[in-house]
Amino acid sequence: MTQLLKSREMILTGAIVVLLGIVATRFPAFIAPSNLLGVFNDTSPLIILAIGQLVVILTKCIDLSVAATLALTGMVSAMLNVAFPDMPVVLILLIAVGLGTVLGAFNGVLVWKLGIPPIVVTLGTMTIYRGIIFLISDGKWVNSHEMSAAFKSVPRFEIGLPMLSWFAIVVVAIFYVAMTRTTLGRAFYAVGGNPHAAVYTGINVGRTQFWAFVFSGALAGLTGFLWVSRYAVAYVDIALGFELDVVAACVIGGIAISGGVGSVGGAVLGALFLGVIKNALPVVNISPFWQMAISGSAIIIAIAVNTRASRTKGRIILKKAEQAA
Amino acid sequence: MSTTERFIPDRLQSPLQKKIKSWESLLLAVAIAIFIANSFASPYFLNAWNLSDATFNFTEKAMIAFAMALLIIAGEIDLSVASIIALASTAMGAAAQFDVSTLTLVLIGLGVGLACGAFNAILVCGMGLPSIVVTIGTMSLFRGISYIVLGDQAYRGYPSDFAFFGQGYVFWVISFEFVLFALIAVLYGILLHKTNFGRAVYAIGNNATGALFSGIRVNRVKSILFLLTGLMSGVAAVCLTSRLGSTRPSIGLGMELEVVTMVVLGGVNILGGSGSIPGVVIAAFVMGLVTFGLGLLNVPGIVMSIFIGALLIGVIALPRLWEMWRK
Repeated sequence: MTQLLKSREMILTGAIVVLLGIVATRFPAFIAPSNLLGVFNDTSPLIILAIGQLVVILTKCIDLSVAATLALTGMVSAMLNVAFPDMPVVLILLIAVGLGTVLGAFNGVLVWKLGIPPIVVTLGTMTIYRGIIFLISDGKWVNSHEMSAAFKSVPRFEIGLPMLSWFAIVVVAIFYVAMTRTTLGRAFYAVGGNPHAAVYTGINVGRTQFWAFVFSGALAGLTGFLWVSRYAVAYVDIALGFELDVVAACVIGGIAISGGVGSVGGAVLGALFLGVIKNALPVVNISPFWQMAISGSAIIIAIAVNTRASRTKGRIILKKAEQAA
Repeated sequence: MSTTERFIPDRLQSPLQKKIKSWESLLLAVAIAIFIANSFASPYFLNAWNLSDATFNFTEKAMIAFAMALLIIAGEIDLSVASIIALASTAMGAAAQFDVSTLTLVLIGLGVGLACGAFNAILVCGMGLPSIVVTIGTMSLFRGISYIVLGDQAYRGYPSDFAFFGQGYVFWVISFEFVLFALIAVLYGILLHKTNFGRAVYAIGNNATGALFSGIRVNRVKSILFLLTGLMSGVAAVCLTSRLGSTRPSIGLGMELEVVTMVVLGGVNILGGSGSIPGVVIAAFVMGLVTFGLGLLNVPGIVMSIFIGALLIGVIALPRLWEMWRK
């Protein structure tokens, strides 16, 4: 099993290297270390969100509200900063993560206590959260000049790497340990892999799914703060449709949408793959309007490859029964 | 996912009791209540032309919702419908630049819809991939192609008689779109409730393996449903493009959510296996009346989307809360 995952991650790493090689033939400076670090920094929000989505997808759920959660926490952070310029940035950061956690917990409670299918819950909360941004901001933008210097400096602050990259690295490290070394981490895999067996081993399936949504929400909250402080602007439509990129990163990273299969490394590599494409397109003179179609194709190809690879061949008893699978 | 318990009742309900207690009658009561509330809330509501305008809020979405209802009953879903509209509309816009006839434009719109449906069908039924992820992918792909073609531009210059599909009236205040909506509703009602095909759809939604071993060609039925959903998105694209008179890549953005909401509000089980076309028809009216009523009260569109989102979660949550409370 781990062997299979490892090989899938190797394939993906290979694909990224090949991709970089192709870009390098037309534009060698793209693979200069400083530029690659720039690409990583640019992809950091996607990496953080993909890790949250990984946890949710592992438990057989899906969270389509991440981008709306990101936008709402981002807007709240920006408005707090404008209203109380003296408020410590760390406090705003904590409030953003807290708010994200609450929004994620709301999704989780609906899935856990009411048993509503996750796709319905998060499609609904996606529009609700997005609508709330409009209500609290009155449709107005929060612009760069209104934000305090300290607020904007957070993701740019450099300790070898920009703070934004460090946030991603720390999140990846924490979740790598949590998913492989803790009871809750293994419970996520158990719930998605075989819910019935998970119940018999004493795991509460609904509550585990609830925690998955809480983590996804908290990470979306963190990203919301980072996003707004990095781009120094907040409005209703920030990160519109970004949930698709996040799901795409997970699917490309070999995370099975049917739950139970996937790794933190896969999510990171899937996000990096999309990040490299996104950053390479303008370099090789392809209009950014191509990006949406490329993400879509990447999702379809990745899911086709994943499903093909993981399909177990059964013995055929009835010839015609073949079409069922 | 939660497991459901199934009971066999000691005493069957009479047909009348069943009808009164059904989801459809509850929904109808809600629709009437909204209608009455709206007529008190705004003096402009009870006006034949205003009400006729209100139908445009839901006719295009409802056309897709009928096909989507069958798809969801069969246990699949298509989230790419709004993107199919964008692609079909872009294709029609591109063709309109070459002064083709209106009939050709319509055929192109329907053809692109059908082709997109076929693409989904091949991926889901032919290759056995999960429909949620596939259609999230094609949702991005189809609209992505529109963006590649159009970028930040827009297509205009549709022939003048093309406007009839979205702006024409058949008789007094009865619009062409409304007639089409009613016709499609009847056709889908017959298809789902009166034909073998409809029974097969329910059978697949309840137990796909069982249906297969009962001699139902599961993949063929599902493929047809994806084709129908694509075709209906094509029809909706013709109506919407004709009504707006222009095509941008963002046309119909987020409409898939409203279509799914309409279907779920209509009493279709999101996990498959049950639901009815009359329910979806009433749900279409409920959503149309709500958005129109809120519009008359000057509520902005994005705030309406909060209502739609809350409606989607609420209609599933309330019966479950009610059951929990009764226990």
